[in-house]
Amino acid sequence: MQIKLKVWRQKGPRDTGRFEEYVVPDANPHMSFLELLDVLNEQLIMEGKDPVEFDHDCREGICGSCGVVVDGVAHGPQQRTACCQLHMRHYKDGDSIVVEPWRASAFPIIRDLVVDRSAFDRIIGAGGYVSVSTGAAPDANAIPIPKVVVDEAFDYAACIGCGACVAACPNASASLFTAAKISHLALLPQGQAERAQRVVNMVDQMEAEGFGDCSNHAECEAVCPKGISIKGIATMRREYIKATLSQ
Amino acid sequence: MLKKLFGSPVGKKLVTGITGLGLVGFVLLHMVGNLALFSGDQAYNEYSEFLTGMGPLFYLVEAGLLAFFVFHIVTGIKIAIGKRRARPVGYDRYQSAGAPSRQTAASRSMIVTGMILLVFTVFHLISFKFGPGGPGNDDVAYLVAYDGGEPIRNMALLVRERFASPLYAFGYTAVMLLLILHLRHGVWSALQSLGAMKPSISGLVYTVGGLLGAGTGIGFLFVPMALYFNLI
Repeated sequence: MQIKLKVWRQKGPRDTGRFEEYVVPDANPHMSFLELLDVLNEQLIMEGKDPVEFDHDCREGICGSCGVVVDGVAHGPQQRTACCQLHMRHYKDGDSIVVEPWRASAFPIIRDLVVDRSAFDRIIGAGGYVSVSTGAAPDANAIPIPKVVVDEAFDYAACIGCGACVAACPNASASLFTAAKISHLALLPQGQAERAQRVVNMVDQMEAEGFGDCSNHAECEAVCPKGISIKGIATMRREYIKATLSQ
Repeated sequence: MLKKLFGSPVGKKLVTGITGLGLVGFVLLHMVGNLALFSGDQAYNEYSEFLTGMGPLFYLVEAGLLAFFVFHIVTGIKIAIGKRRARPVGYDRYQSAGAPSRQTAASRSMIVTGMILLVFTVFHLISFKFGPGGPGNDDVAYLVAYDGGEPIRNMALLVRERFASPLYAFGYTAVMLLLILHLRHGVWSALQSLGAMKPSISGLVYTVGGLLGAGTGIGFLFVPMALYFNLI
């Protein structure tokens, strides 16, 4: 199948960037979207041109490294799927696809489709961990936690930090990412000691990184490859209000 | 502590949510009050007189409303500015991924519908509250006395005169349609902002929010339409 691609090309952070159009004449419907980009890059290398830079690692939807905006939707048209697991069988021969990097001032473009997501690391660094001693692995199993609570905490822990929530948000807000970690740890006994300080520090860091404010569009939940619910954002708000009032 | 609570990303939504819900309560009461005209001019004028006659309590409510408006608008503008700062370069192509997204024309145009509602509110206060017969604008032609009592403001006369004009009747209608749009996203969003949402009732709250918005907006249309088409 023939696929036309309109891809954002940018040589570096200071380059203004532009779209370039390519044709992949013999794409295979079994290919993933990233494999389509691999084929395009082989083509470009053969032509003596620079290949398109894009982030990727596991290619099985669990690492959160990949992520581009495909035809205006973060990770592309298939919900609960990172773009590494989007397959070309969802497209028809002759289709045109627009590929853009995540767009947010907190995610500066490094090159082509690769953005710097270290702002997420700094939000986690501000409190998205447990630093008090909670014992070794056997101790974790010795603390009984109701199954429903564990399941809910796990749903939040499933966040792979890909940044699609920011990319899709009309305000470029990082609320879903930040809320997922806050909600995950607030549910577990190990997270209690630093619970109040965590939410205040992480929300402050999120603001300092230059992400926008949430407007409750819920677009983040729709593009999240792990389907993390905006209920977490409501939890983050309650946690923040309680923590601020008790300070 | 208060600065942190209300100035943070969470706090901004808290402010817009609380003031927004307060303003929803106000427009709902205002809409129901307007319908008094269907009980006749006397009932309408006496209702108006009852409100203004409450004295200090009335001024207190007015001051509270003004404060709610100011906080709601200032925070809304801050969020809109922050949005442009957070994404200076937009996408070539952008679309919603569909449900469970609640992104609609209503949610994306809150700042625009909000600004139009602000301009409308100022104009609306000038034409009615501070219009002929109102504070600082005594006009005996707009006073009426019932059953030999003290003369009171003939609000019904003013409303009838204004809505005889197609500009008023249809301009008002157009703005009320924008109010419906604003409340479509606003009511649901306010409850989510206050952390009051469970996924199991999210759909229900979204639907009720839409119905409440539509009901309020449509309720406001009865008076101007009935007057313009000489039905009452």
